[in-house]
Amino acid sequence: MPETNGHSKPRMSYDATPEWLRGGGEAGDVVLSSRVRVARNIVGFPFMSRATETDRQQILELCRKQILDTAADSLMFMDLHGISRFERMLLTERQLISRQHAKGKAGCPGRGGPDVPRGVAISVPGERVSIMVNEEDHLRMQVISVGLSLVNALEQVDQIDDKLEEGLTYAFSPRFGYQTACPTNVGTGVRFGVMLHLPALRMTGQLDKVRRAAGDMSLAVRGFFGEGSEALGDLYQLSNQTTLGKSEQMLLHDLNNEILPAVLEYERGERRRLMDRRRNTIDDAVGRAIGVLRNARLLTTEEAMQSLSMIRLGLVLGLVGGMTEPEVNQLMLQSQPGHLQHTVGRELSQGDRRVERANLMRHRVEPLDFSA
Amino acid sequence: MLCECGKNEATIHEVVIKSGKRVEKHLCEECAARHGIKTSPQVPTGELLAKYVRSKTAAPMAPASCPNCGLTFAEFKQSELLGCPSCYRAFEDKLGPLIERTHEGGTHHVGKVPRHALERSRLAGASGTLDELLGDAEEQAQRLTALRRQLDEAVSTERFELAAQLRDEIQRTGGGGAHTPHA
Repeated sequence: MPETNGHSKPRMSYDATPEWLRGGGEAGDVVLSSRVRVARNIVGFPFMSRATETDRQQILELCRKQILDTAADSLMFMDLHGISRFERMLLTERQLISRQHAKGKAGCPGRGGPDVPRGVAISVPGERVSIMVNEEDHLRMQVISVGLSLVNALEQVDQIDDKLEEGLTYAFSPRFGYQTACPTNVGTGVRFGVMLHLPALRMTGQLDKVRRAAGDMSLAVRGFFGEGSEALGDLYQLSNQTTLGKSEQMLLHDLNNEILPAVLEYERGERRRLMDRRRNTIDDAVGRAIGVLRNARLLTTEEAMQSLSMIRLGLVLGLVGGMTEPEVNQLMLQSQPGHLQHTVGRELSQGDRRVERANLMRHRVEPLDFSA
Repeated sequence: MLCECGKNEATIHEVVIKSGKRVEKHLCEECAARHGIKTSPQVPTGELLAKYVRSKTAAPMAPASCPNCGLTFAEFKQSELLGCPSCYRAFEDKLGPLIERTHEGGTHHVGKVPRHALERSRLAGASGTLDELLGDAEEQAQRLTALRRQLDEAVSTERFELAAQLRDEIQRTGGGGAHTPHA
């Protein structure tokens, strides 16, 4: 199918809020979502950097068949080379595919492009499961769920992995475990990640301490869209860096029991301190954010996300009413360029996006109630 | 000490053991040349060491490229991506230390093994295929050593939950024997 650019009707229905943005999960005041991702490759094929067009096509068909044959969930399979750039943007913003996978450049730097045969399977509705085919590794499957829920997510991804392995022979060696294109993923091939909302630590200038502590524990702190992305709306992804020499359970334990409780308590402590000792600072920040969203006529993604972050904080601290957390989370998604164009129903220039974003926010935050 | 010629200072000293007898010769450079003893200019120790280290680190076993996909190690270093699963074996000598650094000292896989592949090879009763998944005795022993080291560390830092997991893992890996960590 030829590459189509710009706005066209997407294949998937994107109206519902994905499960991971629905709020109310464990430790939901700080943890937005949990994600477990597993990397696997199939024997008999080279990794992406050496794969020919035919190799990729064969891997894609093999995986598609196995995914659709064994999937317990209602999985929907999409060829990414067959959908519009616009729809790939929606998928990226919903964290269902990586930015590199959207561009068709994952695993083959300097080569590749939108026509590279590759796909993604997504569980609908809810979008809890997504399985990327021909990303940096042949298969990258993830479960993304609300709040702090790594244990359940691992369990589910483990089951999916077993089902796919029924019909596929994975590249595996006793010494190195699951062999991956990049040796940084070798071993278990598992990456645990939590999306944290850390506005208080940012406001009190303590984020560097978290970064350092995470570094000491071999954890990475990344922005909203993962590797190489900026932090938007005070959202940070914390994930394990090592995958070899520790079992899935041990890696999970490190994150869940060693570092996360400390980070959560750190953020909560700073929130309490702000409320007790610097109440004016926090009232001012929340009030200004509402002012921006209610009155701005031009809004960038960054500014919208930053303001929404303060409103989310205000909601959690009971300073703001009239909207629910899922509604604010949904606005974070809708302020992204792809979703904004989807909501408006047409392709927009960057300048027009700022206008439309401001219009959308102004309208949506109307019910907010703030009486500090 | 004077040379045998009795004229010059002896600067070349040669000890030869011939038929169990020790014969010492102390010669000046001129006499040494007459005796056919080569006195090449001295090689600096640094250079000698460097030569030795080069000979040891050249990893004569490592091939220039992966026999399966043709990727060279230089190409890997540039992109940080391997070409195929066989690259792990082809470049094992060079990759091993690199991987160990990246994974905080992790050298051997611990954790999940492809369940269906394991089941299939158990049913087939082929020990060769089982080895392919679980490793031979030596690899399993190395894995156990690594796990026990982690267990010692977990106990000494009072991370008891982790220690319990490590004990489970050691059981699974086949090191069921009671191991008392040095607390």
